[in-house]
Amino acid sequence: MAVVSAETAGIRTTGLTKSYGSVHAVRGIDLVIAPGETVALLGPNGAGKTTTVDIFLGLARPDGGTVFVFGASPTEAVRSGWVGAMLQSGSLPDHLRVRELVTLLASYYPHPRRVDEVLDQTGTADIAGRWTNKLSGGQAQRVRFAAALASNADLLILDEPTAGIDVEGRREIWRAIRAVAERGKTVLFATHYLEEADANADRIVLIARGEIVADGPGSEIKAKVGSRTVKATLPGVELAELRALPGVLGAERHGEAVTLSCSDTDAALGALFGSFPAVRDVEVRGASLEEAFLELTGDEHGDQDAKVEASRPGNEEPG
Amino acid sequence: MKGTIHVRYEILRSARNPLLLGISWALPLVVFYAVAPEQRHALADCLTAPNGHGMTDCVSFPLYFMTAMAAYGAMWATIAPGARIARDRGKGWIRQLRTTPLRARTEAVAKVLASYLGALPALVLLYLAGVSLGVRLDAAQWFEMTGLLLVGLAPFVAIGIVFGHLVPPDAITVAEAGFVVILALLGGAFGTLFAGGVMLRVVKLLPSYWLVQAGKTAIGSGSWPAEAWIVVGIWTLCSVPLAALAYQHDKARV
Repeated sequence: MAVVSAETAGIRTTGLTKSYGSVHAVRGIDLVIAPGETVALLGPNGAGKTTTVDIFLGLARPDGGTVFVFGASPTEAVRSGWVGAMLQSGSLPDHLRVRELVTLLASYYPHPRRVDEVLDQTGTADIAGRWTNKLSGGQAQRVRFAAALASNADLLILDEPTAGIDVEGRREIWRAIRAVAERGKTVLFATHYLEEADANADRIVLIARGEIVADGPGSEIKAKVGSRTVKATLPGVELAELRALPGVLGAERHGEAVTLSCSDTDAALGALFGSFPAVRDVEVRGASLEEAFLELTGDEHGDQDAKVEASRPGNEEPG
Repeated sequence: MKGTIHVRYEILRSARNPLLLGISWALPLVVFYAVAPEQRHALADCLTAPNGHGMTDCVSFPLYFMTAMAAYGAMWATIAPGARIARDRGKGWIRQLRTTPLRARTEAVAKVLASYLGALPALVLLYLAGVSLGVRLDAAQWFEMTGLLLVGLAPFVAIGIVFGHLVPPDAITVAEAGFVVILALLGGAFGTLFAGGVMLRVVKLLPSYWLVQAGKTAIGSGSWPAEAWIVVGIWTLCSVPLAALAYQHDKARV
């Protein structure tokens, strides 16, 4: 990771902790986000994403640790108009039309974007004249996004920006977010959609139970989980025989197809072709981010040790 | 200026609330015309004379009721923006505003202006209605009366903000209505309750009493005593910091 000083970092935290009563929402987050980076804060519900985001926005005060946004406190950064935010919860105020609301939000910032441009980019131009309390859930979400975008702030913090939005809407929103990133802005978004994190972020920070369990590009996170999957069509073979092959951790059957999860695909493939010449349609792929995610964060109800174990890279590799 | 759009939209949102129009502007006017014409030549709002015999300090019924209804409508108008705070808070909108550079000062100015601008039509409409039933004051008296009304409304602006930040959104209407109706009632907006005695001394501690009494400028300077300014001043001096505290408390909570 690039070395970024406290003054120039978009966000820099050390040892961030926050509890609500007996719930340890955040327990020791160290994170540096460079200006211009697009970072996904990825984790299951209740992982501490929203609390972390709230701390970055000055909405929650950490119990311990430090946090700097462009070298200042979150509150100072917000007051200076350096941060634009879209919160996860909350609906829109009444007695305002969509265009008025976006205009209002833009007016708070020192260098806002043109409202028409933002409405176009977020697919809200055709509902610009509607009352904000007469929108569907997806429309309201787009308007909230438009409001955050209008800030033109150097750091955009988006908590679950595409929740409740249809597929087409999501595409539009991500296009808009990438356009923001291309202008050199820093973007931090929280999500539990793995594909979105992988497709739209330079870097994924995987967070579970209030801690960072992995931090890097999507491919790096996948690599941390050593397993690969081999799929093949192979009728009439006992699963036990497959499981006994070198490099194979497990086997499953779906009709004629078998799926082998492997710690060493080279060994497994060699043995597979050697032992079962009838095998065909062989396909090797890396674990999906979904699988990496499950492996790294462990079962949501699982114990602490499982997660710590899983977060050690390549711990399942032989040798 | 940076905050003008916020102030403008705050006023716009206030004006778009049909409740404001109905309760604060239309209703007092309707009640005034329903009651005042029949008592056009009656006297009202008298006090027991200092010697204990007879009545003094009376004004014409239209003047009394004009001021009473104007005050009632204006109390509603000034406290109403508090309900919007509670609704915005309930919707998480206040929380969203905390992530913007919007200054507390701008918020406060917007709320106060929206409150007062909502109250002005209530006053003007009732003044016009009063004049139509024969109320005549000279310019200085109108001016002085409006001055006390505007100052006397300050506690309602502040209390609206206190309620908005502390009362849950689903209870805000009841809280505000209860507050306004009780103060209006005790203050004599629906008819003078006390012409003398202990109770009069008690209700004289309420800003609503002096709002209703603002019409007494018509009968000379002595009838609008320093006591009015003191009571209204104390209410204002106490409620404004309370509003600031409620705002801060809410801010710390989000």
